[in-house]
Amino acid sequence: MSIIIENVTKYYGSYQALRNIDLEIKSGELVALLGPSGSGKTSLLRIIAGLEQAENGKILFNEENYTHKHVKDRNVGFVFQHYALFRNMTIFDNIAYGLKVRPRKTRPSKEVIEEKVTELLQLVKLEGYKDRYPSQLSGGQRQRVALARALAVEPNVLLLDEPFGALDAKVRKELRRWLRRLHDEFNVTSVFVTHDQEEAMDVADRVVIMNEGKIEQIGTPEEVYDHPENPFVYDFLGSVNLFKGNVHKGKLVTGNVEMNAPGSEDGAGTGYVRAHNFIIEREPAEKDSIASIVDHIHTIGPIVRIEVIRQDTNEPLEIELTKEQYLNLEISKEERVFVRPKELKVFVDFMAGI
Amino acid sequence: MMEHDNSVVAKANHPVIITRNATKEPKSIQWILISIVLLFLTLFLVVPLIAIFVKAFEKGAEAYFAAIAHPDAVAAIKLTLIVVLITLPLNAIFGVVAAWTITKYDFKGKNFLITLIDLPFSVSPVIAGLIFVLLFGLHGTLGPLLQSLDIKVIFSIPGIVIASIFITFPFIARELIPLMQSQGTSEEEASLTLGAGGFKTFWYVTLPNIKWGLLYGIILCNARIIGEFGAVSVVSGHIRGMTNTMPLHIEILYNEYQFSAAFAVASLMSIFAIITLIIKSFIEWKTDFKSTKAR
Amino acid sequence: MNIVTEGKQTKKRTIPGFGLTMGFTLLYLTIIVMIPLSMVFLNTFSMGFQDFWATITEPRVLASYKLSFLTALTASFVNAVFGVLIAWVLTRYEFPGKRIIDGLVDLPFALPTAVAGITLTTLYSPNGWIGQFFSFKVAFTPAGIIIALIFIGLPFVVRMVQPVLENIEKGMEEASASLGANRMQTFIKIIFPELIPAILTGFALSFARALGEYGSVVFIAGNMPFKTEISPLIIMTKLEQYDYEGATAVAAVMLIITFIILFTINILQWWTGKRYSGK
Repeated sequence: MSIIIENVTKYYGSYQALRNIDLEIKSGELVALLGPSGSGKTSLLRIIAGLEQAENGKILFNEENYTHKHVKDRNVGFVFQHYALFRNMTIFDNIAYGLKVRPRKTRPSKEVIEEKVTELLQLVKLEGYKDRYPSQLSGGQRQRVALARALAVEPNVLLLDEPFGALDAKVRKELRRWLRRLHDEFNVTSVFVTHDQEEAMDVADRVVIMNEGKIEQIGTPEEVYDHPENPFVYDFLGSVNLFKGNVHKGKLVTGNVEMNAPGSEDGAGTGYVRAHNFIIEREPAEKDSIASIVDHIHTIGPIVRIEVIRQDTNEPLEIELTKEQYLNLEISKEERVFVRPKELKVFVDFMAGI
Repeated sequence: MMEHDNSVVAKANHPVIITRNATKEPKSIQWILISIVLLFLTLFLVVPLIAIFVKAFEKGAEAYFAAIAHPDAVAAIKLTLIVVLITLPLNAIFGVVAAWTITKYDFKGKNFLITLIDLPFSVSPVIAGLIFVLLFGLHGTLGPLLQSLDIKVIFSIPGIVIASIFITFPFIARELIPLMQSQGTSEEEASLTLGAGGFKTFWYVTLPNIKWGLLYGIILCNARIIGEFGAVSVVSGHIRGMTNTMPLHIEILYNEYQFSAAFAVASLMSIFAIITLIIKSFIEWKTDFKSTKAR
Repeated sequence: MNIVTEGKQTKKRTIPGFGLTMGFTLLYLTIIVMIPLSMVFLNTFSMGFQDFWATITEPRVLASYKLSFLTALTASFVNAVFGVLIAWVLTRYEFPGKRIIDGLVDLPFALPTAVAGITLTTLYSPNGWIGQFFSFKVAFTPAGIIIALIFIGLPFVVRMVQPVLENIEKGMEEASASLGANRMQTFIKIIFPELIPAILTGFALSFARALGEYGSVVFIAGNMPFKTEISPLIIMTKLEQYDYEGATAVAAVMLIITFIILFTINILQWWTGKRYSGK
């Protein structure tokens, strides 16, 4: 089922949580709403679910207007941040709830419910746990129950609010994969909220990056990572180095180096370079070689993070190399090196006032 | 390690006083404080409790049971039960509905509403009685109307019931509000997303979650209804065998110097108070147990 | 694109039933509390200021206010001191029978006030179990009233302070000890300030209850005009003499004092809330 969000606006008192949001989610897609806290991503998810009402705008499910439909009639599967399992019910009853509360006419028989719940328990690998209470399960298990409960009603769309937020790193990664596989199997339109960019990149078909109630960029993980449309997205996804300077005739002048910035307008501008988009050399190669001193070297598994200080401006730069590149270079602390950006994106004027 | 370090630092500054544990008082001080508390509570709680039963049986078991079986006493017990049976369900419904309203929705004036619910806790029982005399009494605002309809409220059972409702309606709401506040609304929201309506959500999700708190409030409310004296005293008219509740019956017996009989009825009420405390402790133990498990 | 002015839109609530439950709550409160209580003020206004003033400044009435106020204050003070001590011992120490004692603290809430009244009177009368050890009269004097008010107000401070003591972070006390403070200093400088809002709230609740208390006091007081006649008893006496106006006037003054106490409690709670959220 496709979801169309048209011009949605939401206020909390005088605080504007969402500003004219437009978004189209295709049927069967898995979309991540990614943004820092306060960006409005959870509000948007709750408005799609019908848990909150927008002040303005429309929500369409399969082109049908759902804006004023009550949450209980929307048939959405919602997985809450802290799961919101019914603490007074067993795991079985939690999963069966959505079927049991149906009006008598559409309620499946007891046997059908039992069959369905058993099937779901198998799917989430909790067959032996059906008579336990939520308080007797681990975080990851509760999470899976919450998902099974949402899937039991065969929802039109699956909405997940920070689904892995409260779990530790290892369980998180496992569940992430598992959610992806589950989605591919059920093919239900899914939207999840996260503040973890790695999570969004890893799982989603498309990522919606939000900030201060606005959508900053929509695209596949590759698109948003490799071609950020604005400084916020650049900054938010991965570590990035900033070069403040002036653009003149397709060149960014910063400190005493000149970098190629074809197509950029003249004026104050800032260059953005990702930490892994640098080349470190012992000799200056071009005009964009930045003379620097190695300040710190940390090895984090297969990646080596090197901090250098620019000699012209005394500003630090963060560079990531693979272990192999690092070993070939044979550099050490306090050494003088030349750093060259492989890929640079210039945004004019954004930082001028700061 | 840390604790060890702390005590070393402390030792350096105060070589004399330090005991093993830096956050506990010396055993001697502990026992002095415990003794003071036990002495105080014995004097104020234990001795009176024992005294009730000793005085009740002063003239022997036969006199005791005669006092309890006296028609006036039986009538008082019956009346008290009737008052409980009407008041308790009404206040339980109010308590649940008010707590639901206050904790599940956002609206302006919430604090004012809570204060209004708390009000009867602080109003003198005598004033609670007085206000209903002013409203329903012969010279009261609605007095002439009620008289023309031949309805008697004051000096009659309806008066006792309504005064009891006033005095005891905050008990249940007051227990449920903090409990429901701490539980939040996410389970209700989950229920709604799964297609349940408002009533089903309340019945299957909210009510089971608050059942212990509700029982706790009902127990306390019940004890107060049974024991209420001042307000009931004002509106009842003290008609023996007709509008005397148990506490009023005790007062009459006491004022007629039938001390043993007064204490016999009092002992019955005390047993009830003790049962109330036991159920209350049981609920506390039970819910504590549950909440530690949930963590 | 139209700009929405916030506030104009009726905010829809997700959980259904707001109108129904709010309506019921307000209806119940209006019938049971608002209308009856407003009777006191309506009747007071209709009696005229001069009559009102004359009634509430009668020497006998004034004496009762003074007595009620002072005995309630003394009893609440005793309860505040012992309440903190009882709460402390119950949360910090282990001793046999602790659970029973903890449960027993609520006895004054569960025991009918009339039962407490006749029992305390019997115990503290000149030849009673406890009264015989005093060289002065306890029952039928203000001292007896204070005893009864201590009994009925006992649980308030204990039950307010207990949860706060349970939740005080142990680390704070350990930090204080590690910085060289002894137990007394730690209590006065670290623990006690945390307890102040709870103590004051408990004190105010116990004070409000003591001011209006009737059942337990009426037996032990002796009810001598000017000496041991509390304000609720004045109301009762006036009612028995069919002096509804007089009773109402005295009640109005007591109600206003009650409102002031409630207002104070609300401010205290607001203050506590603010203190905690500020952390």
